[in-house]
Amino acid sequence: MFWGFLGRREGSLLRQFRLKVNGKEVQVEAPAGITLLKLLRDYLGLTGTKEGCGEGECGACTVLLDGVAVVSCLLPAAKAEGREVTTIEGLAQGEKLHPLQEAFISEGAVQCGFCTPGMILSAKALLDNNPRPTKDEIREALSGNLCRCTGYSQIVRAVEKAAEVMARGE
Amino acid sequence: MYDIKAYFEAETIDEATRLLADNPNLIVIAGGTDVLIKIHHGKIQKAELLSIRKIKSLEGIRKLEDGRIIIGPLSTFTQIINDPVIKENIPILAEAALSMGGPQIRNVATIGGNICNGATSADSAPSLFVLNAELKLKGQQGERIVPIQDFYLGPGRVDLKPGEILTEIIISPENYIGYAGHYIKFSARKAMDIAILGVAVLCKIKEGTIFEDVRIGLGVAGPTPLRCPEAEAYAKGKSVSAQVIAEIGRLAVKSTKARTSWRASKEYREHLVEELTQRALKAAIVKAGGEEIA
Repeated sequence: MFWGFLGRREGSLLRQFRLKVNGKEVQVEAPAGITLLKLLRDYLGLTGTKEGCGEGECGACTVLLDGVAVVSCLLPAAKAEGREVTTIEGLAQGEKLHPLQEAFISEGAVQCGFCTPGMILSAKALLDNNPRPTKDEIREALSGNLCRCTGYSQIVRAVEKAAEVMARGE
Repeated sequence: MYDIKAYFEAETIDEATRLLADNPNLIVIAGGTDVLIKIHHGKIQKAELLSIRKIKSLEGIRKLEDGRIIIGPLSTFTQIINDPVIKENIPILAEAALSMGGPQIRNVATIGGNICNGATSADSAPSLFVLNAELKLKGQQGERIVPIQDFYLGPGRVDLKPGEILTEIIISPENYIGYAGHYIKFSARKAMDIAILGVAVLCKIKEGTIFEDVRIGLGVAGPTPLRCPEAEAYAKGKSVSAQVIAEIGRLAVKSTKARTSWRASKEYREHLVEELTQRALKAAIVKAGGEEIA
């Protein structure tokens, strides 16, 4: 398949993107060469996903693609075509926050908040596969996410707490 | 916004090699975690990309009846880490894969991309070098098999002829049966960092006390990943002892062409080669059934 030649400037060649975001089918027209991060933030208005370094080092832009944590800044939006993306906006159910979100608040794991969406999605990818992780497993799962307020201890505690809450089925 | 001028998607190897032959400017993209950063930094402008991600025949890891292990180049680092064939037969490659990037990068980045990117710091390279991995390359003219040691030509340069793509990474049974290995990545941070030095050691121990074979693979010790032929030749047939291991470490340095970068000086890297080769070898000896050497 060939999408055609794209100009250097944004908007010179548009393409339809069809994908599932937070459980909803979406169809949006956007420049063909953009990243998933830009598609989410600028074309779908989902600004919960953050751009930190823009080159896959910091994890602020982490989203789940078919349930797997990926850095959306290094993912051409076209690669998400026909797949399911979960962002931080997709975790709460109505007014009820996800146990991870609740735990990040109660454990003081949020300072400036810029790394938080990525941290929570990396943690969700972990807990979905390993509901009762050890501290080391949590640290390993979050090793691709940087926090410059250095709240790592609280973040690890928050993930442990969320795991407990989820295990109790609350 | 990436400066991407065109984006092609191939669904078969034949379609990919044909597109590559027709347009020499095409850059192959698999996971994209290296290529997109180069575009982001402006090192590649007006990029014309050929995505091979949809080519099913480049996926999967399998062991053939004759014992050969075939690794599809689209295997992600996460798949390598979790694959039962790799874990059982060549765990040294899983150890190396686990040292690469962080979970999000390992979920996307592929081993084929790691090799074809041509970096001396490729985390898979020292392990693949000691396993004598062979690479199957396919183009419109046919296919050929190249030992990985010959594939790396220089920094960022590999022996891919115009129109060729990497289709298989092959590990033969004579290169892993009876061997055990150990990999050490030395970097400032455990995650999300590039190696200051990568050391893979594979060894075979005879009667619990004699080095039947020792192989040493190094990353970031020269412009390409490399082996240490002098140290390996010295080791053959020697009794396992602290003195012999120390000499192997010293000789390993002779094969290096380390340079100074902001990450580490040449002298520091050489010191690491001598020290970490010994540590990796000592760990490999124990895994291969030999006595622990203090």
